[in-house]
Amino acid sequence: MAGLLARRLWCAAGIAGLVGCAMAPSDAEIGAKATAVMKASFKEAGQAKLDRLDQDETQRVCSRYAGKEIPKDVAAVIEQQNLATIRYPADGKLVGDWKNGERIAQEGRGKQFSDDPAGPVGANCYACHQLAPQELSYGTIGPSLYRFGKLRGYTDEARRYAWGKVFNPDAFAACSNMPRFGHNGILTEQQIRDVVGLLMDPVSPVNQ
Amino acid sequence: MRRSRTSSTGVAAGFALATIACVALGQGSTVDEIAKYRQALQDGNPAELWEARGEALWKEPRGPKRTSLEKCDLGLGAGVVKGAYAQLPRYFPDADRVMDLETRLVYCLVTQQGYTEVDARKNPFGSGNERKSDIEALVAYVTSESRGAKMNVSLDHPRMKEMYALGEKMFYFRGGSHDFACATCHAEDNKRIRLQELPNLTTRDGAQKAYTTWPAYRVSQGELRSFQWRLYDCFRQQRFPELVFTSDASIALTTFLARNANGAPFDAPAIKR
Repeated sequence: MAGLLARRLWCAAGIAGLVGCAMAPSDAEIGAKATAVMKASFKEAGQAKLDRLDQDETQRVCSRYAGKEIPKDVAAVIEQQNLATIRYPADGKLVGDWKNGERIAQEGRGKQFSDDPAGPVGANCYACHQLAPQELSYGTIGPSLYRFGKLRGYTDEARRYAWGKVFNPDAFAACSNMPRFGHNGILTEQQIRDVVGLLMDPVSPVNQ
Repeated sequence: MRRSRTSSTGVAAGFALATIACVALGQGSTVDEIAKYRQALQDGNPAELWEARGEALWKEPRGPKRTSLEKCDLGLGAGVVKGAYAQLPRYFPDADRVMDLETRLVYCLVTQQGYTEVDARKNPFGSGNERKSDIEALVAYVTSESRGAKMNVSLDHPRMKEMYALGEKMFYFRGGSHDFACATCHAEDNKRIRLQELPNLTTRDGAQKAYTTWPAYRVSQGELRSFQWRLYDCFRQQRFPELVFTSDASIALTTFLARNANGAPFDAPAIKR
């Protein structure tokens, strides 16, 4: 910030008239200023307080590389850090009620400043993924999850992967577009269990 | 008033029918059908009501100073409306600030008509029939006077160059409870949320198609929506706090997107679902 200001003053001091401003601000300086301007440009509303703009390490690093390829070593660190955040249920029960999972997958509300803080909070899976084939209104930002369990097999390993992926997708793909539903406290443990049910129960419509 | 008008009830009924038709047709042809539906709506765009009200607001003596906005300089000289929007945002020396249209309108409401800052910006977005926004009406009028003009946003001024660079950074800023950035939904071709197609705003073609069709009459809301509203509501869905009307972040992002649309003919107010 100070550097950027100093350069502008330096430019204004007379060099500009002769040769133009020789030194453009660095990428890091622009990034720092963009963050500061963002913070000055929002106000808290409903449940969305200004701390939503305080980036954690993953958000900061992913923002920096957005639009460019992330170096492999950087991606590996992000994945490692996020993998360490995944909590599996104490009772070991990973697969819940797929019917409730379907409701959570359909529900788009939750965490917006316009939403009731008392809920409901959904995962809105269908916004980005195909799941049950009966639902034609699905998005394509994420891959199709139709037959998620059937294709992988109903193994404990696949169930743990499904749980981990919903809890914190950045553990498996750095800077994923998918929210970290468990790590960021969007879904409760029971809600994650029910979403895993939708993906991994052999009788779920997703696996027909 | 260039086109015939359709009642909003008729529009809403058409929308419902089109929606049913889309679902029945399934995935393959859905996008084509939505495109046809949009085409059909263009024949009677209620945005014209906002344009007419905005033109009256522009020309009537109003505010504590009882003056019209006809001396307001939108960048092409005092009172020049034709083509002005296609060159916004721009740096305005009199305000020493980069301004988009809405910011400039607030500036003129204050400096020309004598409104206080608070009064000028207190009603940026309408909410159905009980409270219409004068700003949105003025936006409709001014933007309609750029229909057909080629987008031509200049970054020659260093402050514009800086705003563009800041807007680009903000486009990729991930935050909030869901880790969303603008880029989460708008950086790849041919993606959808549910059935809604998403423009890839990082490409020239995507930015041109998106930016030149705002503002728009939103059938689902019965309101004409400005570009400031578009950004405000994107950030709401991004789970961010509330974007402040005419804030620097809103102007930076608008600069980034408007500049990326350069070369395309402006084609709004449009109509969207």
